Amino acid sequence: MTPKNVRRWSWIHKWSSLVSTVFMLLLCLTGLPLIYHHEIIHALGNEVEAPAMPASTPRADIDRVVAAGMAAYPGKVMMYLSQDQDEPDMWAMTLGDTPRDKNYKPLLVDARTAQLLPEPPVEGGPFMSMMFHLHVDLYAGLWGKLFLGFMGLLLIVAVVSGVVLYAPFTRKLAFGTVRHERSRRVRWLDLHNLLGIVTLVWLLVVGATGVINTWADLLLKVWQKTELAAMTAPYAGLPPVTRLGSMTQVIAAAEKTEPGMRVRYVAFPGTKFATPHHYIVFMQGTTPLTARLQKPVLVDAQTDQVVASVDLPWYMVALRVSQPLHFGDYGGQALKLLWALLDIATIVVLVTGLYLWLKRGKAAAAKPAEVRAEEAAV
Amino acid sequence: MMRVFGPVWTAPVLLGVLTGVGLVSALLGDGVWDALSAVSLGVVVAVGGWYGLRRPAAR
Repeated sequence: MTPKNVRRWSWIHKWSSLVSTVFMLLLCLTGLPLIYHHEIIHALGNEVEAPAMPASTPRADIDRVVAAGMAAYPGKVMMYLSQDQDEPDMWAMTLGDTPRDKNYKPLLVDARTAQLLPEPPVEGGPFMSMMFHLHVDLYAGLWGKLFLGFMGLLLIVAVVSGVVLYAPFTRKLAFGTVRHERSRRVRWLDLHNLLGIVTLVWLLVVGATGVINTWADLLLKVWQKTELAAMTAPYAGLPPVTRLGSMTQVIAAAEKTEPGMRVRYVAFPGTKFATPHHYIVFMQGTTPLTARLQKPVLVDAQTDQVVASVDLPWYMVALRVSQPLHFGDYGGQALKLLWALLDIATIVVLVTGLYLWLKRGKAAAAKPAEVRAEEAAV
Repeated sequence: MMRVFGPVWTAPVLLGVLTGVGLVSALLGDGVWDALSAVSLGVVVAVGGWYGLRRPAAR
């Protein structure tokens, strides 16, 4: 590479990194507890568990489950009904004053007795809620998400330019050499290059999928305004649904349409994830991938009849697949641990990078000759 | 350690492929697939840990 090109890529690497570094540090630090959100919520005592009963205990009728939840908040409407495949003994519900109430109430109901369980803390309690918002939207809603998404794009630029610079900086060294005998700056440069190249593909994947996740709200809107709107065109202009049918029948109809899949969640008519006239029952498969690629089944809210089983468009598939690849929650405890270690390695890359920039001012005088030479051209 | 990795891109490409295998395999299934994922990503993390944390032998 010519010295001119090295300088050009160095400039790209420096500025894309500098602008995004503070936010990337924030994302790495808040991402760490999020990897273990389940364990932390459990340890903080913010987890609600259904009482142990024999596995053969019959499950309560779902209409009774819904009725129990609604009785707890008279006057509120159902927004979502969901079940985690790891927690089949309880149903989670959210209720609000309107189907789009931002101050919704979460509820848990025992799936076998249809009894209310203790109220779960919103977003897993104050600590996890704060980690979540600092990681996802900086408490600034869609614009916060899009801003962090833009920072993620800068991160990708920084990673790519870093790769371009990797060879000029390490060509003369055996892989993994950290020159401990030299100045701290050289040592940290070597460490920066080593951990940068080790985390390269992981960071690109986690960064890119994180960026895609920031577009989730927008992609959902696109899907609703195009394919879903076309599919439900005959319902346009009809008065909103007032009488809700039987959830037992809705779920039975969806399960009949997609045999072998189970209900992940039901979005009630009028909510963000449904239409004004339909339930959307999101069905999930049993493999890690099909569990993510939820299949929406559209159910008429007046008749409880299935209108259509929807194939998600490519961009929704991309969004769904990008979620596990960002969260690292699809390979058990081992994967979580590796995710955390790679996250920590990324923090080291960020900190060493920042240090290298801060120490640039000492310039030629304080820099060892070989660093000067490497930086200038190689 | 001797110079196991010759040209500058050999190790990075190997690490990249291992990372790719690790990320994708756990998506495909449980059990063996998770194990494959853990081993391949584990090697990547171990390489980073080994070279990053080792100290030069005392002279």
